[in-house]
Amino acid sequence: MSAIEARDLVRTYKTSTGIFRRRAVEVQAVRGVSFEVADGELFGLLGPNGAGKTTTIKMLITLLIPTSGSANVLGYDVVRDAREVRKRIGYVFGGDRGLYERLSALDNLRYFAELYAVPPADQRRRIAELLELVGLAGREKERVEGYSRGMRQRLHIARGLLHDPPVVFLDEPTIGVDPVGARELRRTIASLTEAGKTVLLTTHYMFEADDLCDRMAVITKGEIVAEGTPRDLKAIVADRTVIEIETFGVDDDAVERVRQASGVTSVSIEEREQAQVLHVQSPAGTELTQRLLGLLGTTRIGRVAVREPTLEDAYVALVGRDA
Amino acid sequence: MTRAARLLGMGWLFHVKMLTRSSFNGVLGIVYPLFFATVAFFMYRAGNADALFYASLGASVMGVWAATSTAAGAALQRERWHGTLELLVAAPANFALVLLPVTIAMATIGLYSMASTLLWGRILFGIHVHVEHWLLFCLSVPATVVAIGMLGFLLAVSFVRYRTAWALGNLLEYPVWLICGFLVPLTLFPAWVRPISWALAPTWGMQAIRESAQGGTPIPDLLVCIGLGLLYTAIGVAVVDRFLRAARARAVLSLT
Repeated sequence: MSAIEARDLVRTYKTSTGIFRRRAVEVQAVRGVSFEVADGELFGLLGPNGAGKTTTIKMLITLLIPTSGSANVLGYDVVRDAREVRKRIGYVFGGDRGLYERLSALDNLRYFAELYAVPPADQRRRIAELLELVGLAGREKERVEGYSRGMRQRLHIARGLLHDPPVVFLDEPTIGVDPVGARELRRTIASLTEAGKTVLLTTHYMFEADDLCDRMAVITKGEIVAEGTPRDLKAIVADRTVIEIETFGVDDDAVERVRQASGVTSVSIEEREQAQVLHVQSPAGTELTQRLLGLLGTTRIGRVAVREPTLEDAYVALVGRDA
Repeated sequence: MTRAARLLGMGWLFHVKMLTRSSFNGVLGIVYPLFFATVAFFMYRAGNADALFYASLGASVMGVWAATSTAAGAALQRERWHGTLELLVAAPANFALVLLPVTIAMATIGLYSMASTLLWGRILFGIHVHVEHWLLFCLSVPATVVAIGMLGFLLAVSFVRYRTAWALGNLLEYPVWLICGFLVPLTLFPAWVRPISWALAPTWGMQAIRESAQGGTPIPDLLVCIGLGLLYTAIGVAVVDRFLRAARARAVLSLT
């Protein structure tokens, strides 16, 4: 039996627009998502903002009822057996929200320990263990409002693990955390599967997914477009080459000329301080460098390199996003 | 049973602690009693001592209701903004046991407002509240606070279901002051208002407080007040799961 099973999950949001003439609008955030996560696996759900990752996770943790389709966690249906599911899962989301800021980390953890029915006799030991695990031991009596984002995120993880759940859902846990803090968080996440837990992680950081996940699914516009191990996904672009062109002040017209050039499969732009690095994908063996430099016209060019495709390139190819 | 009692107790303590850490609430705690005591004094200064006594006790309970009606809505909306409402719902604990201590904690904070209203009235306007039956008075006050907290719980259940229902709390603040007889005797209202007043626990709690202070018979009022509080709780518990399910179906537990 899989730890997590999603079958044709669909979720539609109903909103309305207009002030005097209200008009109902339906937005389909998730359109028939299906996947399975094996016991003890770290499964990644990758996708750009608005792809449907958080909506999918919220259906699995019982916060949203699916419009259609079904899902179960450890054999319990997320709609019918919501309370049984809640007892067995931990939920951690990214960002500053989700904590009682005026109170200390210890107060927060004690309160959630009560909500998750951690036996009173075990609470002190369990909280001490988790504070040690996430590196907040010694800071637990400080008010959360004084914590850095990384510390808050680690506190979130401690809160999500209070009742020692076998399944943990992590929704973009490293978002907005500085590189050193994010590395520590990734180490903590990796330790969860070492402890035998099943983890579903959503992220849009490819290196994070590559580093942590046993398997992953790429979701875009509410649909899963690829699923497999990081190696499987990289294989999607194995027949391609990536040309990296460092530019300074490249304009939209020049990028569009590059995008329209024959032999170019996709273009993405990465901002690096003053520079904009174009990642141009093309079929392997195609020599495009000189032609692309010509299309960039008077744009100031820095370093140019040709490299093998990475997971991020596979992701860009899959989501068809030219960012 | 022990687990439920512990969750209620710990939840109450946690939320009282959090509410007392707010400097904004602290300022309101000073300004509101001053305002309530001033209103009571100016309304009844032309009357006799009994009228002033009537109004000062009513003004003191106004703070308890204000803390519960407006603050319950605002607090639930704050939980929604801060993303903690989703975490409370995602916990396996019975949601009624999670929500009830929140509103009772608010009513408890209102207790401070009650005491300080009486103190302001005494210091600034020389209104002396003489209590005949201290024991019954000390029973009536917490019973009224808890019953108001239970009414707040019933409101809070709707605040969870409807994203904009926090405005309802603000809307109810002044009518309840009026129709529960905090400042104006119920006999002055049209007959059709009275059944509404009788259905509200603060009406009976207020009468119990006044009766015990004046040496009357507060026990019947006290029992009705507690009974209504329990009825609100029973209704809230009965509908909370249905409302939560509707909130999950309509995706109103968070702002995004």
